[in-house]
Amino acid sequence: MTQPVAPVGANTWILGTRKGAWALNPSGQMGEPWFFGAQVHHVLQDPRGGATLLAAVRTGHLGPTVYRSKDGGRTWKEAEKPPRFRAKEEYENSSLSADDPRRQGLVLDHVFFLAPGHSSQPGVWFAGVSPIGLFKSEDDGVTWEGVSGFNDSPILAKWCYNFAPGTPDGPKCHSVQVDPTNPRRMLLGLSGGGLFLSEDLGGSWRPVNGGVAMDFAPPKEDGTDYEYGHDPHDAVIHPVNPRRWYHQNHCGIYRLDWNDNGGEQRWKRIGNNMPKDVGDIGFPMTCHPRDDKTVWVVPMDGGTVWPRTSVNGKPAVFRTRDAGESWQRLDRGLPSRAWHTVLRQAMAHNGGTSLELAFGTTSGEVWGSTDEGDSWTSLATGLPKIMSLTAARLD
Amino acid sequence: MAAVRVRVAPLLYAYTGGLKTVEVEAASVGGAIAAVDHRFPGVAFRVVDEQGGVRPHMNIFLGEQSVRDLDTPVFAGAEIYIVGALSGG
Repeated sequence: MTQPVAPVGANTWILGTRKGAWALNPSGQMGEPWFFGAQVHHVLQDPRGGATLLAAVRTGHLGPTVYRSKDGGRTWKEAEKPPRFRAKEEYENSSLSADDPRRQGLVLDHVFFLAPGHSSQPGVWFAGVSPIGLFKSEDDGVTWEGVSGFNDSPILAKWCYNFAPGTPDGPKCHSVQVDPTNPRRMLLGLSGGGLFLSEDLGGSWRPVNGGVAMDFAPPKEDGTDYEYGHDPHDAVIHPVNPRRWYHQNHCGIYRLDWNDNGGEQRWKRIGNNMPKDVGDIGFPMTCHPRDDKTVWVVPMDGGTVWPRTSVNGKPAVFRTRDAGESWQRLDRGLPSRAWHTVLRQAMAHNGGTSLELAFGTTSGEVWGSTDEGDSWTSLATGLPKIMSLTAARLD
Repeated sequence: MAAVRVRVAPLLYAYTGGLKTVEVEAASVGGAIAAVDHRFPGVAFRVVDEQGGVRPHMNIFLGEQSVRDLDTPVFAGAEIYIVGALSGG
């Protein structure tokens, strides 16, 4: 989930699209676009009270960067030092294998995912990028440095298929989460590669994929699980119960209740409780900010050639109130026939006492709910491909 | 070092403060871009990536000659054009 904690008083949906970003205000109006013509993968407002807006922007010609605004999007300034990979020369004497692409030099294609640091560390932000890499800013997004414990780790190449392009639009580092109760503890997802945990501020990482299916690989001959190589689409550490994690994977919907007794951490496929004719494939995983048993998913067709559109052409959101043991179909107000694709960063809640939800589609529609998903109304149409949707407070 | 003129395309005006031509002293095309960046920080990374390659959808011309090798030497009075490639959509 791209935004487990929304800014207090959020009143605007921010839409990152293939052709710019728009702010959709409570009255359903949109102003002039930001970054018109550029790909905007993510726009995120600091939930820690700082009000900083960061935007992950890429123009076709000028490459990737990060912009920041301190005045609610009225003005934007580019990061003085945007994320960039190390020059290949810096790896000449490293322990990377001879065929590691970092030795030939990685070129940043786009910043994909923005995440605030821990609440005790104002000004700290993280950015997951494509090709796979993790960056950190300690000055509120002005300058960015690679997280060496991740970007320079020799084993990273094994974890992420040697940086091979497999995911549409390139391999991605996403779902960067800091445990709200422990700033040293971080989770992130790689598409493809799996989920990885750090317990030392990003200095070292280990896979956390036990119990997760990998239908796109043959079973291991020894009968054990693959340790890495999975394809998580969207993962979250629950903000009020950080021992409970959820994630929507290429191969199902999962919950992990952290085992504090030293045993193996294993994901449970709660998607097995979805209706069989719907399945449990999709992209976004949205959790209730105050109830660790309530999450929403948007199932999509994961069959045959993975069309990734509304199952049987019937859009629906599914909600569980019991941590995935049962699911409720929510389609009131949605079109009876449509083929929506909702990308992993394109669904959010506003964090409000009366919780509102919204999602955006690749066909440029925005749908909203003011009753926790029981019913949906159209908030906007005619936009470019929506790649992200987040909540912000814009006054 | 030679005095050269670097003419930038409109997509870079946001970086040059609207300036269409920047006059710098340089020995090579890459040196000229670095000199422009010295005056307008951030512009070089929009043209040249972190591995020293010209971004795939940017073109650089020395006079009428397309240049991808940033070590290409320049001469006094040369004009360097930095333009967006014919791509997009």
